[in-house]
Amino acid sequence: MGHEETVYEALANAHEEGHWAFGTGFDDPLAGVDTTVPDGVDHADLGAYCLMLGDDALVLAQRLTQWITNAPELEEEVAFGNIALDLLGQARLLLARAGSVDVLGRSREHATASIPDEDALAYFRDPDEFRSTALVEAPNGDFGQTIVRLLVAATVRLAVLARLRGSRDPVLAAIAAKGVNELTYHRDHAARWVLRLGDGTDESHRRAQAGVDAVWPLLADVFSPTDVERRLAAAGVAVDPAEVRAEVRDVLTTVLERATLRVPEWPADAPPRGRAGQHGPELTELLGTLQGLAREHPAATW
Amino acid sequence: MSAPTLERTAPDEAALQAHFNATIAADHRVEPRDWMPDGYRKTLIRQIAQHAHSEIIGMQPEGDWLLAAPSLRRKAILLAKVQDEAGHGLYLYSAAETLGADRADLTDKLIERKQKYSSIFNYPTLTYADVGVIGWLVDGAAICNQVPLCRSSYGPYARAMIRICKEESFHQRQGYELLLTMMRGTAEQRAMVQDAVDRWWWPSLMMFGPPDADSPNSAQSMAWGIKRHSNDELRQRFVDMTVPQAEVLGVTLPDPELALDLATGRYRFGAIDWDEFKRVLAGGGPCNDERIARRRAARDDNAWVTEAATAYAARHDGGRAAGEPA
Repeated sequence: MGHEETVYEALANAHEEGHWAFGTGFDDPLAGVDTTVPDGVDHADLGAYCLMLGDDALVLAQRLTQWITNAPELEEEVAFGNIALDLLGQARLLLARAGSVDVLGRSREHATASIPDEDALAYFRDPDEFRSTALVEAPNGDFGQTIVRLLVAATVRLAVLARLRGSRDPVLAAIAAKGVNELTYHRDHAARWVLRLGDGTDESHRRAQAGVDAVWPLLADVFSPTDVERRLAAAGVAVDPAEVRAEVRDVLTTVLERATLRVPEWPADAPPRGRAGQHGPELTELLGTLQGLAREHPAATW
Repeated sequence: MSAPTLERTAPDEAALQAHFNATIAADHRVEPRDWMPDGYRKTLIRQIAQHAHSEIIGMQPEGDWLLAAPSLRRKAILLAKVQDEAGHGLYLYSAAETLGADRADLTDKLIERKQKYSSIFNYPTLTYADVGVIGWLVDGAAICNQVPLCRSSYGPYARAMIRICKEESFHQRQGYELLLTMMRGTAEQRAMVQDAVDRWWWPSLMMFGPPDADSPNSAQSMAWGIKRHSNDELRQRFVDMTVPQAEVLGVTLPDPELALDLATGRYRFGAIDWDEFKRVLAGGGPCNDERIARRRAARDDNAWVTEAATAYAARHDGGRAAGEPA
């Protein structure tokens, strides 16, 4: 029997369970990881912190996905797809962790029992229950602004996750260890584009600078810790975002200067907004698209 | 053509043609640097470009559900699939470039409607069941068409097709698995699946192209080893493969004439509406304009990005390549 016939036969056996790519049931994304919450760590705090990191990843993945089928080059379709998939993977793990320590809140009242925690949290929370920051929520703008935002968001997240690898929570430490490799690539990819755009043509320079000027004010509350982050950082579980500010500033300044772009004034510290559930209309709109279908069929399984 | 030229090139050409014929006859692969007849080169470029365009345009109907996928797991599966399609487009444009074509030029021809893509992608995706049905039926039909191309006489195309077929087969199973899950869900979900099957079944059968009697280029492509089986034979294989899968799924296929022929063990099916096929192929499908408009916008709105990358490379990478100090 030739190769061709074998392939056909395999296709005809499409209902054999063992051959499925992702399995037919729901895979527990935390399978094999010790999920015991370390002594002395408040469950609600841990859950809230997982939502902060998870929501940032979910919202940025959604923003990057908006470029799919619209990107400047096929290579960028692939790259944005990769980065969005990495972030989505991080979001799933973090939301599942949040669910495992019972911070589901109102989302569990809306989602049926068959809906896994990660989806209850992603699809059945309202905007005021999200803990993402304005840095990831802002609309994409053009490719220049998108790539500058990606550079900034990846730089912040890489600095946080690099430290989080030493977390006393084994789940956060495992997620961070995996995420650091991914974010190193995301930051590198974005930095290369910032160099090309900043030091490319007059038009690309102008657009990249406009992107920088639009993104910089979004840093205002990124480094302001919430009480949850302060408590968890003191307990050796979380990273106080104020700790990564200097490193982020150095990295961004280096990239922008090499790209011949002007580094704007660093925005003054503002109290946490997104982390406290305060968001603009752009998050409501983004969540409307993300959640619409799932909410229309709350009893469905997908 | 002047006589001296003829004298100089004609014998060489005959020898090269003979070598090419022997390669085809022995079922060996033709490689980029080998001599090949112009018609073979042109036919391959047209076919590979059309295939690449289909992958890229094919990202859109399913891509329309990326932002709204109803679970994070489904979102990840769909994102990976659409990304694979971009990757397939890349391999295929690269294969076309080994024949002397240029990706940007092929993209322009797509946008100017001088080259075609599979007309199946001119239908809209109305519900999430369409994502599953595209995986099951459209990717299933694509696999039937493409598996024989893994033995295409042109080496780079054949090798690209091996990887593409493996990934397509993965997509087909994921699509079918989504449908199985939906069929076990609510009554609304089951209705969505049946409705999507009703809409996609006939266009899927059209993916194999016109009947053999109306397929004028087929004979030459078969002789060149670019095509391995006739359109009707591949269509029949697809039907035979798919009917049992529909039964397992619990959906009906929208063809009252569909029946197993006990004598041959193959399924008989009803007449295909070739007028619809021709209309959609000619640009009259529900989404032709929208599909092309999005490619045009991606090219035109982002032209400044490509220009910047080119300018940067000329100044930096080019400088280093030429051994100049940075």
